Amino acid sequence: MGGFFKSSIGRKIAMALSAFFLMFFLIIHLAVNITSLFSEDVFNELSHFMGTNPLVQFALQPVLIFGVVFHFVMGFVLELKNKKANGVAYAKNNGAANSTWMSRNMIYSGLVILAFIVLHFIDFWFPEINTKYIQGDMSGMHDGNFRYFHELQHKFLNPARVAAYVVAFILLALHLLHGFTSAFQSVGATAGRKKTLQTFGKVYSIVIPLGFIIIALYHHLNH
Amino acid sequence: MNLTLKIWRQKDSDTKGQMVDYKVTDISEHMSFLEMMDVLNEQLVNAGEEPVAFDHDCREGICGMCSMYINGEAHGPDRGITTCQLHMRMFKDGDTITIEPFRAAAFPVIKDLVVDRTAFERIQQAGGYISVNTSGNTQDANAIPISKHAADEAMDAATCIGCGACVATCKNSSAMLFVGAKVSQYALLPQGQVEAADRVKNMVAQMDLEGFGNCTNTGACEVECPKGISLDNIARMNRELMKANIS
Ligand code: HEM
Ligand code: SF4
Ligand code: FES
Repeated sequence: MGGFFKSSIGRKIAMALSAFFLMFFLIIHLAVNITSLFSEDVFNELSHFMGTNPLVQFALQPVLIFGVVFHFVMGFVLELKNKKANGVAYAKNNGAANSTWMSRNMIYSGLVILAFIVLHFIDFWFPEINTKYIQGDMSGMHDGNFRYFHELQHKFLNPARVAAYVVAFILLALHLLHGFTSAFQSVGATAGRKKTLQTFGKVYSIVIPLGFIIIALYHHLNH
Repeated sequence: MNLTLKIWRQKDSDTKGQMVDYKVTDISEHMSFLEMMDVLNEQLVNAGEEPVAFDHDCREGICGMCSMYINGEAHGPDRGITTCQLHMRMFKDGDTITIEPFRAAAFPVIKDLVVDRTAFERIQQAGGYISVNTSGNTQDANAIPISKHAADEAMDAATCIGCGACVATCKNSSAMLFVGAKVSQYALLPQGQVEAADRVKNMVAQMDLEGFGNCTNTGACEVECPKGISLDNIARMNRELMKANIS
């Protein structure tokens, strides 16, 4: 089994498994965030639960961080190996004749998402960790109210940040438009090539990033 | 028609190559691409120059020898064909055509447009066969019933001619369509079951050893493959490798 994950196909399968995990995580993340459009209280309650529940904090969160890091590190490893497998570059190469732009540029859409993840950590994750585990304030309160919703509103005041979020989520959509069905193909499921799953993949790849974009824009325009 | 050709010239594997421009005139649109190359070479020989080396054999689209990356695509702009089946009617008078060898680190250039594709042979030797004792008591192949569906799919996979267009086209120089086809052709048949696990492990190991890249499912290979080998064969190979590692 050890040799398996060192083989080209083993790496691909590991890549796909991490991607499935990330795609599942995105659904959960969006489901929590979307409540902020309807109810300040529900969003606060959910955020407080996610932020303080030991199972989420000490079991799921490390798995998630590992999943993200694994995915992009493996993405770089595969990209470097593939560059090495190329011979001399073609003087003329018509990639558009036989494949989609998304499929040829996963590393670039991935890099934009990675830059976004760094920004997102600086925006939300580091301050959370600082408040909760360094200052030891697990109350989730500020001036007698839950702080989460107000922090969210505050972040999206800045138009530059909102613009960066929108761009990153467009790139995520492009990443997923190829990635979703690709992951099925990688794990050997020909279902990825069937119409139903392709349609579902397209819907997923557009609806999820669009959801995040709407949330950012909504809070930018309503505060 | 009259054409400008930009062709990769390289003396041998140790020399650096470069693109060189040539002109050919009075090319008939009914000629095959290789016939057009023959006209060019005749012209070069008459002028006392070295003709352009390129691979070819059957010239009927079945041997897989002819290669060439033409105007940015393996086997040129047409679909479901090899270069010997590409016709000059796909081009227009006055066109400039770029002609390069198939590129991949595992396919080093031998001379001009000729590349070394013996990596494919070594992958085949690693497991692309079934062991049958030819003792005189060999069982008749037709004695084992095979479903029509499996027979058709195995036959489709077996039509791969090992041309290497999939590798040349792939942005990752991955050989997975070729290996997927060769693994599938046996995996689908009862005769292939005995050695199934070792076959897929050994062929994939050899593929990696030869320095081919990792598939990222762009699907370019399937589009450019002269035999229409389906990506489903790659998925099957991935399943076979998982199965081989679990059992
Ligand atoms: C939440 C964020 C992300 C999600 C949901 C996601 C999703 C996916 C999916 C579904 C695939 C297809 C997997 C396959 O073909 O087996 C994929 C491939 C890829 N991802 Fe991501 N990804 C994310 C972030 C990133 C980041 C940050 C990078 C950083 C560079 C990245 C780089 C890549 C690359 C290079 C591939 C192609 C590799 C291959 O197909 O073998 N991704 N991603
Ligand atoms: S899979 Fe298609 S493109 Fe690749 S070697 Fe076989 S016939 Fe050629
Ligand atoms: S020369 Fe045989 S396939 Fe073209």
